[in-house]
Amino acid sequence: MATKDSQEMNNNHKRSDGSNHNPTFAMLLSIIPGLGQIYNKRYIKGATIFILFAAFVIVMYDFMSSGLQGLITLGEVERADDSRIFLSEGILSLIFFTFFLVFYFINIQDAKRDAIKIKNGWRVTGVLEGFRNAWDAGFPYLLVGPGLIFLIFVVLFPLLFMAFLAFTNYTLYNAPPRSLLDWVGFQNFVNLFTISEWRTTFMSVLSWTLIWTFMATTLSIGLAMFLAVLTNDKRLKGKKLIRTVFILPWAVPGFVTIIIFSALFNDNFGAINNDIIQPLFNNSIPWLTDPTWTRIALIMIQVWLGFPYIYALFTGVLQGISGDWYEAADMDGATRWQKFRNITFPHLMFATGPLLITQFTFNFNNFNIIYLFNEGGPAVRGQTAGGTDILISWIYNLTFTNSQYSMAAAISIILGLIVATFAFFQFRRSRSFKEEGTY
Amino acid sequence: MAKRQPMGRKTKNRLEIAAMYLIIAVMFVIIFYPLLWAFGISLNPSSNLYGASIIPENWSFVHYEWLFTSPRSNYLLWYQNTLVVALSVSLIGTLLVSFTAYAFSRYRFRGRKYGLYAFLLLQMFPVLMAMVALYILLNTIGLLDSLLGLIIIYIGNNIPMNAFLVKGYFDTLPQELDESAKMDGAGHFRIFFQILLPLAKPILSVVALFNFMHPFMDFILPRIVLRSPENYTLALGLFNFVNDQFSNNFTRFAAGAILIAVPIATVYLFLQKYLISGLASGATKG
Repeated sequence: MATKDSQEMNNNHKRSDGSNHNPTFAMLLSIIPGLGQIYNKRYIKGATIFILFAAFVIVMYDFMSSGLQGLITLGEVERADDSRIFLSEGILSLIFFTFFLVFYFINIQDAKRDAIKIKNGWRVTGVLEGFRNAWDAGFPYLLVGPGLIFLIFVVLFPLLFMAFLAFTNYTLYNAPPRSLLDWVGFQNFVNLFTISEWRTTFMSVLSWTLIWTFMATTLSIGLAMFLAVLTNDKRLKGKKLIRTVFILPWAVPGFVTIIIFSALFNDNFGAINNDIIQPLFNNSIPWLTDPTWTRIALIMIQVWLGFPYIYALFTGVLQGISGDWYEAADMDGATRWQKFRNITFPHLMFATGPLLITQFTFNFNNFNIIYLFNEGGPAVRGQTAGGTDILISWIYNLTFTNSQYSMAAAISIILGLIVATFAFFQFRRSRSFKEEGTY
Repeated sequence: MAKRQPMGRKTKNRLEIAAMYLIIAVMFVIIFYPLLWAFGISLNPSSNLYGASIIPENWSFVHYEWLFTSPRSNYLLWYQNTLVVALSVSLIGTLLVSFTAYAFSRYRFRGRKYGLYAFLLLQMFPVLMAMVALYILLNTIGLLDSLLGLIIIYIGNNIPMNAFLVKGYFDTLPQELDESAKMDGAGHFRIFFQILLPLAKPILSVVALFNFMHPFMDFILPRIVLRSPENYTLALGLFNFVNDQFSNNFTRFAAGAILIAVPIATVYLFLQKYLISGLASGATKG
């Protein structure tokens, strides 16, 4: 009967021979990957999917199950188990498992989609055409693949490792492979805010980080804007030379100039004290031993290092502003300040806004200058951070000098949250996301 | 009265111009002083800063000579290491980035949006945040203290930001180009290599140059990854000249630093227009 029915149906609707093809059934079959595709009469595809999944499960099952277990226990035998290896294998298993789930889901969706197409009268294509379709659809993934793999192992995996570490008790006294790590939940964060030594250090470092970011960046932008407007004046000669010199600090490698500056600012034999301050004011300034003076020196150096790039950007924008604006303003008898406020400034901000935000994020994490100038010093009594340590350099010290790994990781997470907030604002300003729909 | 007014404006004008040149002159001094000072110091024959001056009385190239000829100097080796790292990062990194950017710019595939968000987000986090993990990771797979490990980390870290720069540039190239090529029967790879890649040369050279320069200037990642002096890159090696408690040798550092600062600064100044416009277009369009 059934065959007769379907034959009749074939005669009635010539294009369709699959209207009783059941998408739900295909999905259910695909719980074992590949079967749904075979039900859809895509034998080669089904077989390939089945073999790939089977191979993955056979090869990875042991690694993943022990990895995930290890992630929970972090090792059981003292001195024999290295918790760090358990942790990293656990995270790898987690990443692989996520991949597995994504592909599994895609497999089921694929079976369903093909089944629906067959139901609507689509004929299964030949092997060659199917292969070509797969090549077309898969090509972008092939392109993204290598970059993605690098990202996962070099960026994502370490970040995850760091994040997990924040919830363990990894310190100098409790360090693998000597002893085992344990999960301690949010204890590190609680300690950071309740133990007074940690709290005061954190607060003073955080506030200096914010002041530093704001001052260093704003002053650089201000100086750059002033000089860009100044050197855009028509009456000035030798602009090309002037501009080249102004960009010079950007062209010299930063670590070289910072080390040079730290020698120049040296309290005892630095040229700034000996050749400038001493003759003029007859005393010397403790540039490297007094926190306030070190901070002032750092901000001045960062302005020296940071203004050229912004200056170059601004100069480019200024050259592009049409002269008509200023002529019209002159006709209306506008003052110089009014012209700057209403024409120049908006142009500059509109064209370079997102880049200026990047400058803030850059300085927020500007490890090089803090570390190279004075290693975050001078030391301050009663806290683990130096007087000029910003969050990122404090984290560095906690890890590599004090071996307070868990606390460093916890602070990293807080730093990450702050950075992510910055990032969020940049997302919203970034044009590529606004214009995404226009293609 | 009628005559004095323009005279007054003229003197005011002159004063203004003089003030501008004065400000520029002050800036010149501030910019050149540390650089010239370092050069002067590098010519001092003594090894420490004490008693060294910007215009040494008995100047000599003894430190430069030491860097190249002394059997105890690793300077040339460091140069070679840095070149190896810089070239590999530049080549592999740029190729990977152009693949990724091409896919994100030209194909509408499932997961694309999430991919873009992931890239944007990952670009925000500094490498340093994950330094412990990188250290342990490299230690487990035996790539600690090797240039290969350093290369891999550089490539991975440069991908997100550069991918955005290049994607932004690809987006500005008209889509009709590859569509008409597709009509003519060109495959995916052919469109990419023969049509888009040549057009994207300006931004790709900027990215390649940045990738190339980065290892010359970065010292913190090598410091975490590399242990033995014969594996050092230039920046790390030079840093250790001044950092080493027992043989603090600033004049030697100055000589070595001048030798890398001069070529890098020259390249930057020659290409500044492209570098800055590349960065700017990537950030506003990308």
